[in-house]
Amino acid sequence: MSSSTATATTSEGLKLGPFRFKPLNLLLYIALSLVAVIQILPLVWLFLFSLKDNQEVFNLPPLALPGDPQWGNYARVWTEGNIGLYFFNSVLVTGSAVILTVLLASFVTFAITRMKWKLNKLVLGLFMVGLMIPVHSTIIPLFSFFSSVGLMDTHLSIILTYTAFNLPLTMMILLGFYYTIPRELEEAAIMDGCSVHRMFFRIILPITAPVVATTAIINMIYNWNEFIFVNTFLSSDRNKTLTVGIQNFIGQYSTDWGAIGATLVISMLPILIAFLLLSNRIVEGMTAGSVKG
Amino acid sequence: MSDKRVIALYTLPALLILLVLIYVPIVLTAYYGLMDWDGIGAMTFVGLENYTALLSDGMFWRSAYHSLLLALFSVGSLVLYLAISLILASNVKGANLFRKIYLIPMLLSSVAIAQLWLRIYHPTNGVMNRFLTSVGIENPPLWLSDTSIVLFAIFIPIIWQYAGFYIIIYYAALKNIPAELEEAAKIDGATPFQIAYKIKLPLIAGVMKVTVVLAVIGSLKYFDLIYVMTDGGPSGASEVMASYMYKLAFRTNDFGYGSAVGFFLLVLILIVTYLIRRATASKEDQVQY
Repeated sequence: MSSSTATATTSEGLKLGPFRFKPLNLLLYIALSLVAVIQILPLVWLFLFSLKDNQEVFNLPPLALPGDPQWGNYARVWTEGNIGLYFFNSVLVTGSAVILTVLLASFVTFAITRMKWKLNKLVLGLFMVGLMIPVHSTIIPLFSFFSSVGLMDTHLSIILTYTAFNLPLTMMILLGFYYTIPRELEEAAIMDGCSVHRMFFRIILPITAPVVATTAIINMIYNWNEFIFVNTFLSSDRNKTLTVGIQNFIGQYSTDWGAIGATLVISMLPILIAFLLLSNRIVEGMTAGSVKG
Repeated sequence: MSDKRVIALYTLPALLILLVLIYVPIVLTAYYGLMDWDGIGAMTFVGLENYTALLSDGMFWRSAYHSLLLALFSVGSLVLYLAISLILASNVKGANLFRKIYLIPMLLSSVAIAQLWLRIYHPTNGVMNRFLTSVGIENPPLWLSDTSIVLFAIFIPIIWQYAGFYIIIYYAALKNIPAELEEAAKIDGATPFQIAYKIKLPLIAGVMKVTVVLAVIGSLKYFDLIYVMTDGGPSGASEVMASYMYKLAFRTNDFGYGSAVGFFLLVLILIVTYLIRRATASKEDQVQY
């Protein structure tokens, strides 16, 4: 925005005027809109067929509105397909892992950036190298480890694994923010006789709330959608999360497109709602998480 | 502050989780790779046998080739993302809305995306073929069961899924360039194309490098969509390294051989990261703006 106003004040910008660029601008808008349509159209189609019966799915044009919206598809999969239970499990696993990850990452980031000790570079390095480790190269030992300690098919195995693999990225996003906190703040608190713990919980955590929120939502998105660990570690129906649950459900109802559509929409809903409410935060977090690497 | 007890208290829980659940497993993967083991029974030490077997395993090389193709395809698509970002960052009204819309597929689970695209590609009822038949193509391709096109049919949703992610990264980098540079170039009579090519792209070279690394690494370990949509099939035509490893371990219970593939994957990713970073390390990295 600043450059467009500035351009208008230069002689060049005035000479060219708005008209000369109009056809080009229109072309650019068409290009951008086309990409937007491509990104969104499959999801619109999904929503539409989630409200149709098979008759309509196969006979109406793909993007036609359903004649009589079958909201019953949603009620049906929620009650018949265990979706409610899977949904609850997903909330439980995702929520616990997010809280654990963000809290532990805040502790470590605080110790690394605000306290003086010899090994802090090494510890930071260990976490940052963790960013590069592919989950596939750890899954076989994790499988046998959880089997041998009796954690197979438990939510705890999933929560701990998510925490381990999300700590590096979470710390990376937190680091930038922690470096900007002025030292004086801590010194003043210490002068006033504040303990380190009190300072962390009463001063540091509240100050970092915005970036903590960003990391929490990024964590939530990754955990909610994670597939390979839940698919490998969870086997009994009552423990399954949505990602593996819908996979099973769809296997059983593979011909009922309305039910499949409704299941998929339900599984996407929490993330889409979070996105509507917090999109700036999500965009920021995703950018910070990758660019600073 | 340097209270050792406090430091330990704040650092050890996370460090313990990291070591036990990431670093120890990495070491164990290397160790299991030297064993003949079905995951339950006794382990037999076989030395490098699993690794030499890899060398002559046609399916492994085929899957590695597919992973490499995906990496090339992903890096190629970065050019497209960059072009879109350049447009988006050129003071377009609604840029913020556009980039949010682009990001949506990235937020959804691979399973949901895979199930959706299975239906898009459905031979008779899918959107793709209904469109093709409606415009007069009588025998549209069987996207996921034709061995000659299945791999590319799978690449499309992967590209679709990640487009927004790269676009927001490029967009953020381009927005970080001070407006004065562009203004000065405009005064000197530079065309938008020259400004993009000579000023903007060199300035975001560091970010472009990071995205290349991310795209290559992401491709080498890609798994989810392929596992759900084709499970590597038909007859291995869409098998990639990660899906092959998963099959070896959890379908055929060949934990030793699977671990060898897993360890190979890790080493490959570390080497590739190092090589790309070294090859693209240049003066541009030191540019301050």
